[in-house]
Amino acid sequence: MLNPGVTDMEIEDPRPLPEPALLQAPPPATGLRPASFAQPDLPLTDPSVLSAPTMLRVDRLNLFYGEKQALSDINLQVARNSVMAFIGPSGCGKSTLLRCLNRMNDLIDNVRIQGRVLLGDTDVYAPETDVIALRKRAGMVFQKSNPFPKSIFENVAYGLRIQGQGDRTVLEEAVERSLKGAGLWDEVKDRLKDSAQGLSGGQQQRLCIARALAVRPEVILMDEPCSALDPIATARVEELILELKREFTIVIVTHNMQQAARVSDHTAFFWMGKLIESGLTEKMFTNPGHRMTEDYITGRFG
Amino acid sequence: MSRLGERFRQGGIFVWFSGTLLAFCLAMILCLVGYIVAKGMGYFWPSPLAQVQTSEGPVLGEITGHEPAHGEETEKLQFRVGNRDVFGQDFRWIPAAGLSTPEYPKEAVLIERLEYGPFIGRVASLSHEGQTVATGTSALQEALKHLPEAERLRHHIQTIEKGQVGDLNRRIEKLRLSRHKLEAKGDVAGLQALDAKTADLQSAYDQLQTSLEQSRAEAKAWTLSLQTADGQIKECPLGSVVRVVPANALGPFGKVRVYLSRLWEFVADDPRESNTEGGIFPAIFGTVMMVLVMSVLVVPLGVITALYLREYARQGWLVRAVRVAVNNLAGVPSIVFGVFGLGFFVYGLGGTIDKLFFADSLPTPTYGTGGILWASLTLALLTVPVVVVATEEALGAVPRSQREASLAMGATKWQTLWKVVLPSATPGILTGLILAIARGAGEVAPLMLTGVVKLAPAMPLDSTFPFLHLDRKFMHLGFHIYDVGFQSPNSEAAKPMVFMASFLLLLVVVVLNLFALNLRRKLRERLGGSTF
Repeated sequence: MLNPGVTDMEIEDPRPLPEPALLQAPPPATGLRPASFAQPDLPLTDPSVLSAPTMLRVDRLNLFYGEKQALSDINLQVARNSVMAFIGPSGCGKSTLLRCLNRMNDLIDNVRIQGRVLLGDTDVYAPETDVIALRKRAGMVFQKSNPFPKSIFENVAYGLRIQGQGDRTVLEEAVERSLKGAGLWDEVKDRLKDSAQGLSGGQQQRLCIARALAVRPEVILMDEPCSALDPIATARVEELILELKREFTIVIVTHNMQQAARVSDHTAFFWMGKLIESGLTEKMFTNPGHRMTEDYITGRFG
Repeated sequence: MSRLGERFRQGGIFVWFSGTLLAFCLAMILCLVGYIVAKGMGYFWPSPLAQVQTSEGPVLGEITGHEPAHGEETEKLQFRVGNRDVFGQDFRWIPAAGLSTPEYPKEAVLIERLEYGPFIGRVASLSHEGQTVATGTSALQEALKHLPEAERLRHHIQTIEKGQVGDLNRRIEKLRLSRHKLEAKGDVAGLQALDAKTADLQSAYDQLQTSLEQSRAEAKAWTLSLQTADGQIKECPLGSVVRVVPANALGPFGKVRVYLSRLWEFVADDPRESNTEGGIFPAIFGTVMMVLVMSVLVVPLGVITALYLREYARQGWLVRAVRVAVNNLAGVPSIVFGVFGLGFFVYGLGGTIDKLFFADSLPTPTYGTGGILWASLTLALLTVPVVVVATEEALGAVPRSQREASLAMGATKWQTLWKVVLPSATPGILTGLILAIARGAGEVAPLMLTGVVKLAPAMPLDSTFPFLHLDRKFMHLGFHIYDVGFQSPNSEAAKPMVFMASFLLLLVVVVLNLFALNLRRKLRERLGGSTF
């Protein structure tokens, strides 16, 4: 099970498996897809992404919950200042992989991880790595918005406060900067002292993004951030993601194909704990290298 | 049959059944409270003084009971005749047969005194330093005029006795203790200085005593001459009269005034006559203070225990066993806790503290005897399971997503607990505290072994340094009920006191709970729709 390349799953595909994640390669020129293929509204891939250095790198990662293998042999790279989308059916391991990137899986008993994850130059799973410092570098936004039962101000200031920052002016500055960064400032600037739980769902989710921004992470990990939001709130968060990518590297797990197509530069498709295919979003959605990807994207299974 | 079966299936019968049972429970609780309130609150209302002629002479008093004829026993009436110093007892049962119709003489008075319970009879005359000033009805009027002044004098004497004299005594005692030390060292100069100081204090003490004697003599200047129904004369200094109630001459307004004044005395004054008269303020104060000290002790104890059990301990058979043991602790009879408190806290801890820090005053114990601190600690131990269970529940109810959010921000586990989990769990912790208060405020048995007394000479909180005296013994409403009801020499007179004290105990528990409930509500609002 552990040696790469050998699978015990039946993945029927007439085409040869592509090289794993040739991310910085330009998309191969291909013709139009067959008419049955749904053509999503695609953004033009920012050319700078193609030449950006690698921010996150996953090497031959295997993860077990007890005896059960949840991730097998994942190899993946995420370029700096790009958006990587993880797609795949429920239970395919995309959230698990996301939580490997900032070691949130440490909180679960019985987890065993093999392989290597690099965040910048840091080996995430090296014994000498400080988990606390690591998580400060990789902020996280969850599926269900989870503001603390505190005021809006205290929610955003939380990350700085736990780092021992008590200076009021520094905190106020950071809160304003983060809320502006999350596009929430104009809506809440007059009621920073109010409870965060009085905000609407979309505002709460953007507050959670602001909270993650406040500590100036390098990577933002988003676990289905829009699954509980209405289309308008979703659109705002998506706009925000495109804004944030200038400053941060973003990894987003999503069930929404259109969303992946709209916001991401690269897409990775997972199925039953395996990375089936990853590459430029444009290519993935127009000319997938694997039939399963095509079937999933077009809604024929999953 | 099929209709009945249908009803069973629909569950309508069970709704009725549970509703009826709820109504039954509510009715029982209402009965309990209503009975206590009715029995207790009526006590202060001035009842009319009835005079009847019996074969043994006239009897004047309040009619307090009635026993119908039963077999060989004839019908009887109970009179509260007062005048314990004359008749030897406050209450008399008189056969109803052969009694004249009761009359309600206007000039009859009930005089509450500092000693020997109430006097019931008539005012014969009022004299000032042996000279008769007025007689008959005008004597009563005159006496009422001079009563406030006599009362002032009495309070003055009490303040000197309790405040200044007590203070001087404490200082002299302190000097005596430091004298032992100096003698042991052989410090002659120090001893001389000490002697001078002691002499100063002693002369101040003597002066105070002289002025006290003067005041006491002054208080005795006005004397009421009182006549019982059967013509016996009794002298009573005006200074020892608490209240004059001409019960039959009072209008409704006057009666309300007497009622309120008695109620206030009951709530705000010290007890008299081995607790059967006067107020129960020290007991109320002691109860509240004991519960507060207990709360301060039990919350950290319970919360820290629950935090470790829930968040840090590795869940396994050992933790399960500890949890079961903690829960079982709630079922241990409270007197067992009392025995433990006496053995461990009072003799063990207190004795050690005395040996280490208060060796000078031994063999008189300071902490090595029952006191409010030990009583509160014992009760804290008794109620800690409740807080532990409630806190564990509250910690479990904090959403996992919030912990993850905090951890993903780079917070340590401790920071997450302290800044996110505990604040969210506070309302649940307060629920535990409310239950603990409800349990702790009503406990009597363990307190009897660890610090409650019938009559405490001083309160655990007062104006002498260091203000909070956790080593002092205290009075408690629950014990007061037991003491007045079952240990009192005059249990018939004390009966209404038992109901009144029960009512106040209920009230104290309710008020303390309301306080905690309000705190919890405010916290919940601040947390904004938290689930727990």
